[in-house]
Amino acid sequence: MEAALNNNPEAVMEQTVEKAAVAADRMIVFEDVSKFYGEILGVNRVNLNIAPGITSLVGPNGSGKTTLMNLMTGLIQPTRGRISILGLSPYEPEKLFRLLGYCGQFDSFPAGMTGFEFVRAFLPLHGYKKQQCDELAWRALERVSLVEAAHRKVAGYSKGMRQRVRLAQSIAHQPAVMILDEPLNGLDPMARAEAIALFRELADEGLHLIISSHILHEVDTMSDSVVLMNNGYVVAEGQVQGVREEKIQDHPLQIAVRCDQPALLAARLFTEPHIVEARIHEDRRGLFIRTRDVDRFYTQLNRIVVESDLSLESVATVDDDLNAVYQYLIGTGGQ
Amino acid sequence: MQNPDVIHQQLTGNSSASWSLWLHQMLAILRLEVKKNFLSRRATLIYLLAGAPVLLWAALVTFDSGARRDFSQNFGEAQSIFANFIYEGLILRTAVFFGCAWTFMNLFRGEMVDKSLHYYFLSPVRREVLVAGKYFSGLVTSIFLFGSSTVGALFFLCLARGYPANVDYLVNGPGLKHSLTYLAMTVLACIGYGAMFMVIGLFFRNLIVTLLLALLFYGLEWFNFLMPPLLKKLSVIHYIHSLAPVPIDEGPLAIIGEPTPWWVAVPGMLIITALVLIAAGTRIRRMEVHYGNE
Repeated sequence: MEAALNNNPEAVMEQTVEKAAVAADRMIVFEDVSKFYGEILGVNRVNLNIAPGITSLVGPNGSGKTTLMNLMTGLIQPTRGRISILGLSPYEPEKLFRLLGYCGQFDSFPAGMTGFEFVRAFLPLHGYKKQQCDELAWRALERVSLVEAAHRKVAGYSKGMRQRVRLAQSIAHQPAVMILDEPLNGLDPMARAEAIALFRELADEGLHLIISSHILHEVDTMSDSVVLMNNGYVVAEGQVQGVREEKIQDHPLQIAVRCDQPALLAARLFTEPHIVEARIHEDRRGLFIRTRDVDRFYTQLNRIVVESDLSLESVATVDDDLNAVYQYLIGTGGQ
Repeated sequence: MQNPDVIHQQLTGNSSASWSLWLHQMLAILRLEVKKNFLSRRATLIYLLAGAPVLLWAALVTFDSGARRDFSQNFGEAQSIFANFIYEGLILRTAVFFGCAWTFMNLFRGEMVDKSLHYYFLSPVRREVLVAGKYFSGLVTSIFLFGSSTVGALFFLCLARGYPANVDYLVNGPGLKHSLTYLAMTVLACIGYGAMFMVIGLFFRNLIVTLLLALLFYGLEWFNFLMPPLLKKLSVIHYIHSLAPVPIDEGPLAIIGEPTPWWVAVPGMLIITALVLIAAGTRIRRMEVHYGNE
């Protein structure tokens, strides 16, 4: 059958078009999306194509992260532009929310419910039968390690437990897309590690996870890609490494070198035009280099080591992380 | 987790499946909301409103022996007092009106205040289905409470008649028909007021504004007797009065209009309610959730 198809150009074309449509249906797409609250800018001219995996939205307060998430879920509507979630519009809640789960920042719950009741409460709206609802609710509570506290009132939960029960509620119906607004807030280090492991697990299953966070270190380690936002604009997007290389290529990268002759190394490197700064460490056993051309730096370092018989202990980039990117682009550091 | 391809296939269901899903969803919303309507702290006010007229009437009939004797001897007067003061004044115009205002306005406004409306908006439910589910939950609550209030008040009216005349009044006289008519009037009032107040709660979230609108609506309903016949037809109370088994005395200043026959009053009221609910459905489709601005 496939061979027959391959011999027929029209069928092949049809198949290609179909594949392209399916691929588009696998993406979260923002096309020129703007949102204004009266005269106040929420987000402006956002164009994004988000693939499966973990995508982090990073930016200071008021940068538009939550607005972007609320737009994806239809809780607010764009002033201009079009949003498509795996080929579905946010205006089709009856279809969209069967494949989307949202764990927002609102720390509020329907009054008087236990953790289990809360996670289970909205599952019948998906069309599940009673027993299926129970099973899905327990499974979700298990994934966030909240089974033991499931029959306690949510009002009596700690902040971290409330965060986890909201997470359980958003994953209970087994969505294909998860939108998580500051999901690590209020979690203790152990719970954070567990949550990140869960996100990683879900992403590995082929889900889209859109996560906003201020905790840059954690975003850096768990994200497949990142969207940096400031004042309602997307200032950079892509993989962390790629964002850095593409967007801040002119900004010097800082490298720490531990060696036995830092002064010699500094003197040799200083003659190179791409070296901006070479500062010897207080213990005189290393130096910090700032370079505009990392590749050339490493080539030259190798040459100097051989030529000068330098004993090299370690070489590490100091600011090749998201925090640095964030600082360069936005001018403020993360936590 | 679900495969997106499988989900896409599931999403292209036929229309009969949609109807069955909507019904299932409406029942699920109904269960959640009825529980909330009856058991939340906000319900205290409607219990008071539903209980007060019955308790007052019961106290009069039970503890005031003079009144009991008068009612027993002149049951026509007792019926008139019941119709004009207890049912019309206390139950219909006060308990049902303000009870429906509180219950139905809080269906959406209350959730905005509690910051929990987004849980519904993030569920795979057409927002019109949500409106219908919430409206029916309000109806179940208000009809149960104010229907019980009406039945309770009627019980004490029969008690005032004295045994065995009250049994005769119910079994052989017009008692049963009158009682069912009063009950139907209460149900109709809940349907009409409920729709109006749910829309007010949807369009206006500020408590002061909603209270002012409720009071304005109350004034229009109260002074309905002064309105020209055509304008009367735009009020809920006009249709309910048309069903009254015992004539309601609207006072010497009342502009008397032709009473609307029940077969016009009931469908008329239901049509107005349906139109109001359509307006609610249109509104909710474009509704945004901004808790921060509340």
